[in-house]
Amino acid sequence: MDIKIKITDREGVTHEVEAPTDMNMNLMEVVRAYELAPEGTIGVCGGMAMCASCQCYVKSDHELPEMSDDEDAMLAEAFNVEDNSRLGCQIHMTEELDGLEVELAPES
Amino acid sequence: MIQTDILIIGAGPTGLFAVFEAGLLQLKCHLIDALPQPGGQCAEIYPKKPIYDIPGFPEVLAGDLVENLMKQIEPFQPGFTLGERADTIEKLDDGTFIVTTNKGTQHKAPIVAIAGGLGSFEPRKPLLENLGKFEDNGVAYMIKDPEVYRDKKVVIAGGGDSALDWSIFLADVASEVTLVHRRNEFRGALDSVEKVQQLKNKGKINLITPGEIVALHGEAQLESVLVRKKTTAVEDIKLEVDHFIPLFGLSPKLGPIGDWGLEIEKNAIKVNTFDYQTNVPGIYAIGDINTYPGKLKLILCGFHEATLMCQSAYQRIFPDKKYVMKYTTVGGVSGFDGSKKEAPKAVVKAIE
Repeated sequence: MDIKIKITDREGVTHEVEAPTDMNMNLMEVVRAYELAPEGTIGVCGGMAMCASCQCYVKSDHELPEMSDDEDAMLAEAFNVEDNSRLGCQIHMTEELDGLEVELAPES
Repeated sequence: MIQTDILIIGAGPTGLFAVFEAGLLQLKCHLIDALPQPGGQCAEIYPKKPIYDIPGFPEVLAGDLVENLMKQIEPFQPGFTLGERADTIEKLDDGTFIVTTNKGTQHKAPIVAIAGGLGSFEPRKPLLENLGKFEDNGVAYMIKDPEVYRDKKVVIAGGGDSALDWSIFLADVASEVTLVHRRNEFRGALDSVEKVQQLKNKGKINLITPGEIVALHGEAQLESVLVRKKTTAVEDIKLEVDHFIPLFGLSPKLGPIGDWGLEIEKNAIKVNTFDYQTNVPGIYAIGDINTYPGKLKLILCGFHEATLMCQSAYQRIFPDKKYVMKYTTVGGVSGFDGSKKEAPKAVVKAIE
């Protein structure tokens, strides 16, 4: 099934988009699929939790998958990190995330 | 001045494979890369990660792929300008190009192939007011000459291998080394982490965690930094230092290539899909750095693009020569080093 998520881009515009849960997609890829951030400014490392270009702030209180050591370590070195920061590439689209609201962190 | 047939900017897998395809056409190549080693992202970001979609390799580590490519192109003796970024390009009246790096090294070639991937890797800079003012006046993102720090007070920020390794190294050089990291945990090789622990216990490294540099002070030269220690109570520490070295890793930027008069779309260089030439005749773009309808940023697509680029480059350099593509199975591989690889000849002999 498709889920609805709200993504606020770096200009502050909120987009409500549909994301498939059966395509092995993550949040970073959804942002790229809808071109909500220019190519080359998001998902630079391809989704290996190695660049933090897909950092986002989670605004809704969905229960998210636990952070891997890689994600945790990457966020320890990234900039503009807040308590609700996550890497979009590590958040896989599942039915439980229907209604998720996130905001993209500034480009750095 | 370095002279070659095809000047390749970017020594990632696509750039490296272009050397092979050019070599089959007897064209010489020279590569420029901002990183100190060949391999691009494969070597810098994910050498230990497996890749599953290189044709003929069910699984190959990115680092091993680079090693194999280096071996494959060895007979064609490519030249390398490493650790330098291609900065400017100039077209001469005879149609050839001169590319100059940030360190002033000049390269001349009739063909330029940009295989720059995501761009050149630049240090990630912390978001601090007046950071720019202190660059080269106490702030550096890379350690070029460790002697600069002899008997000086140095503060290093970061939590990865380079922050750990340089703290260890400078502990014996500088008069004072402070390492600041946002977390208590460091991400690095186990022995580096242990070594820093030992040096901290001996009082040779002053460790501030979890903490962050929040301000820089000084007239023209850096004189002190403000470290915000984020334990239960927030504590601001003024630290007198001569040098601040933020080591937050590298991030790729299109950089100066963006100003070469090439058509750019989506942070990539527009090319045609006939021979991957840009809007400037003689300049090609291959691999992740180019874009065209249907573009996929895959290594295997970069290999294909490199191959077609070389055929077109050959025709540009030798417009009057007739040439048809030859299979390596038939023609073998004749290196510029005199080496020759070819299929063993079958014998014709009667069996009695």
